[in-house]
Amino acid sequence: MSTANSHYYLPNPSPWPIITSAGLFALALGFILLMNNVSAGPWFMLAGTAIIVYMMIRWFGQVIGESESGTYNAQVDRSFRWGMAWFIFSEVMFFAAFFGALFYVRQFSAQWIGADDLLWPGYDGTWPTAGPKGLIPVPAGTIPGANQFSPMGAWGIPAINTLILLSSGATVTWAHWGLLKDNRAQLITGLFLTVALGMTFIALQAFEYVHAYTELGLTLKTGVYGATFFMLTGFHGFHVTMGTIMLMVILGRAIAGHFRADHHFGFEAVAWYWHFVDVVWLGLFIFVYWL
Amino acid sequence: MSADHHAEHPTGISRWLFTTNHKDIGTLYLVFSFIMAIVGGVMSLVIRSELWQPGLQLVEPNFFNQMTTVHALVMIFGFAMPAFVGLANWMIPMMIGAPDMALPRMNNWSFWILPFAATLLILSLFMPGGGPAGGWTIYPPLSVQGGIGVDFTLLAIHMLGISSILGSINIIATVLNMRAPGMTLMKMPMFAWTWLITAFLLIAAMPVLAGAVTMLITDRHFGTHFFDAAGGGDPVLFQHVFWFFGHPEVYILVLPAFGVFSQIIPTFSRKPLFGYASMVYATASIAFLSFIVWAHHMYTVGMPMAGELFFMYSTMLIAVPTGVKIFNWVSTMWRGSMTFETPMLWALGGVFTFAVGGFSGLMLAITPADFQYQDTYFVVAHFHYVIFGATIYGLFAAIYYWLPKWTGHLYNETLGKWHFWLTTIGFNLTFFPQHFLGLAGMPRRIPDYALQFTEFNRWSTIGAFFTIISQLIFFYIAIRAMKGGAKATDQVWEGADGLEWTLSSPPPYHSFAVAPKVK
Ligand code: HEM
Ligand SMILES: [Cu+2]
Repeated sequence: MSTANSHYYLPNPSPWPIITSAGLFALALGFILLMNNVSAGPWFMLAGTAIIVYMMIRWFGQVIGESESGTYNAQVDRSFRWGMAWFIFSEVMFFAAFFGALFYVRQFSAQWIGADDLLWPGYDGTWPTAGPKGLIPVPAGTIPGANQFSPMGAWGIPAINTLILLSSGATVTWAHWGLLKDNRAQLITGLFLTVALGMTFIALQAFEYVHAYTELGLTLKTGVYGATFFMLTGFHGFHVTMGTIMLMVILGRAIAGHFRADHHFGFEAVAWYWHFVDVVWLGLFIFVYWL
Repeated sequence: MSADHHAEHPTGISRWLFTTNHKDIGTLYLVFSFIMAIVGGVMSLVIRSELWQPGLQLVEPNFFNQMTTVHALVMIFGFAMPAFVGLANWMIPMMIGAPDMALPRMNNWSFWILPFAATLLILSLFMPGGGPAGGWTIYPPLSVQGGIGVDFTLLAIHMLGISSILGSINIIATVLNMRAPGMTLMKMPMFAWTWLITAFLLIAAMPVLAGAVTMLITDRHFGTHFFDAAGGGDPVLFQHVFWFFGHPEVYILVLPAFGVFSQIIPTFSRKPLFGYASMVYATASIAFLSFIVWAHHMYTVGMPMAGELFFMYSTMLIAVPTGVKIFNWVSTMWRGSMTFETPMLWALGGVFTFAVGGFSGLMLAITPADFQYQDTYFVVAHFHYVIFGATIYGLFAAIYYWLPKWTGHLYNETLGKWHFWLTTIGFNLTFFPQHFLGLAGMPRRIPDYALQFTEFNRWSTIGAFFTIISQLIFFYIAIRAMKGGAKATDQVWEGADGLEWTLSSPPPYHSFAVAPKVK
């Protein structure tokens, strides 16, 4: 059991934050250079990423060590919980910006632009749109021509992916139940299943992207439809990837014997995060794929 | 006692680089913000010098536009916001009876992102093609067309946003989780309350700005068409997303200053704050309303009538909770035994100039009237009355109020008053004539102007130099007080009330190693 610690733990000065900031700087600078075709760009990005990853391992490693050695009392644990909850809220708002853009274009601006011939004679403002000519679907089995694209349907891979993510939400909860009743096997099995489902989701999503690019004529450059489609699903896919990596870390810690029924913030934080990407997916499925 | 506080106290430079101490980090934030203030101040002098007379004399038009753009970004994201995060760092743990901020290592991280982000922002000016020149609102298509300097700016904004979000998460966790036993939310000092609500606004608004900036980046380099009608997108979409962040942002800038006024006015009126609960609710309703008024910045883009009306009425509604606040401050002073030390002067001056800015805001809120004022100097006058007049006044009020607590020394009261009066004269001289310029039709963000605007522009330029030179007094006072001076007592001010005044001046390394009991 955690040694009852009456004092709020105040960490000693730490070199990790400022070095992480330097890594972030290198990453940002490299990205700028990359976008402007300066050859040093990728190297800066590589260096920045390496610094950030290394520092995360050290920083989180230190936190995990402190946590497992009973340094944190219940109040520290609550601080972490508030921190994670509000971090997730900030992520929700990030997605909200892109959902808002999608709603605005679909509900308002596409029609407004199409409503009169001021901008372009015969502008087709119906959704999905990629510009003046509107939607020109690609006949099945043909190679998409210029200006042709088909929107992504909902009832193939996306529907399967919905089932996958919903089940992964269930498996991670089942793992949590295992942790709560000190059933390590259930915890590990549940986490393992969740990671597997997450990876399946990512693989299917990648497959869907290839399908879009090669057969549907649907790319990031396919007007505002392609932009909203790929940015929303792309950022979501990125978050699923991060979530899966986080789950793998938690799985590793579970195997190493970390966490107790009454002390497992790390597990819960990742589980919350996982539910968050799950909920975002439901929004995507309904508003991007289905309606 | 505090067994686990066998803390290392590194000295020299590593004390500042690696610190996990809320006071050290607060100092870092404040020092950084004033360095940025100098940078932004110099840019404003470039702007005002060019506007000394009609015609183009000092700088190229494109460089002029870079100055207006980067001046605003530096002042908002580099000066005003970090300065108040610095105040939050210093004061919130001391006001709520905590040993430190809730997440000390993250606290250091949120600060140390800032200098790197500022570097990117300043570097943008030295890139081929120059820095961003389309205004701090980075509207497309200009921001999509600009060169590599725009990318520096956009990535700088991303990093500044990360810093703000992390800082806010820390503040919320601290306020919600670190209060001394007995300090219920409704017993909390107003400064902590306004920061709690501001932190919420930041966490809700900054990611939306990140979204807007991301869409700009992909429109610039990855072939998306968010803001390009040729691909079914819409440049006005950017304005909606930007102002969904932008309006809450103005309250992010001003609410913590309101918190400062609510601390200082009771102290120097020797009366408790009038209407504490209504103050809390007014702050919360301002925060809520700030999310449903954004399109008052876009009355002229061609919204449907229903939109114009909705945003006009919702904007005017904000005047109600704002009025409650001003009423409460005035009622706090009513029959108080008032004295007018420097912090009080800044607080009262701030309430007064904020009221002027609030009234011009109401004028701008009226859609048909705003059709005339939009993009004129009237808008420039308005927002400087609120941001300089309330936010920066609040910052100076706070610094004078707490400087003796921080340093343990009294500052020079006479010089402080000089600083206040000279700044107030200079500030009004700079910005009051801009109301008339705007009403007469002088556009903002322009290096040249018609002859008839010369006189008011001259006053404005004189005022700008006057204001900025007056700030030297402040630096002198602050540095003097850091170095030495008469010892301050723990309570410092006769009428001061609150936990921070029970600590020694200067306070111990870990503010409240043992939590105080609050009745
Ligand atoms: C009673 C409260 C307020 C009202 C009714 C109000 C209303 C407005 C309106 C309608 C505009 C748009 C003018 C235009 O572009 O045509 C505006 C601009 C602006 N306001 Fe306010 N405002 C209020 C308070 C504030 C506060 C407290 C701040 C900041 C601390 C602020 C900062 C700004 C800024 C920065 C702009 C200009 C943004 C830009 O275009 O660059 N306002 N205000
Ligand atoms: Cu506004």
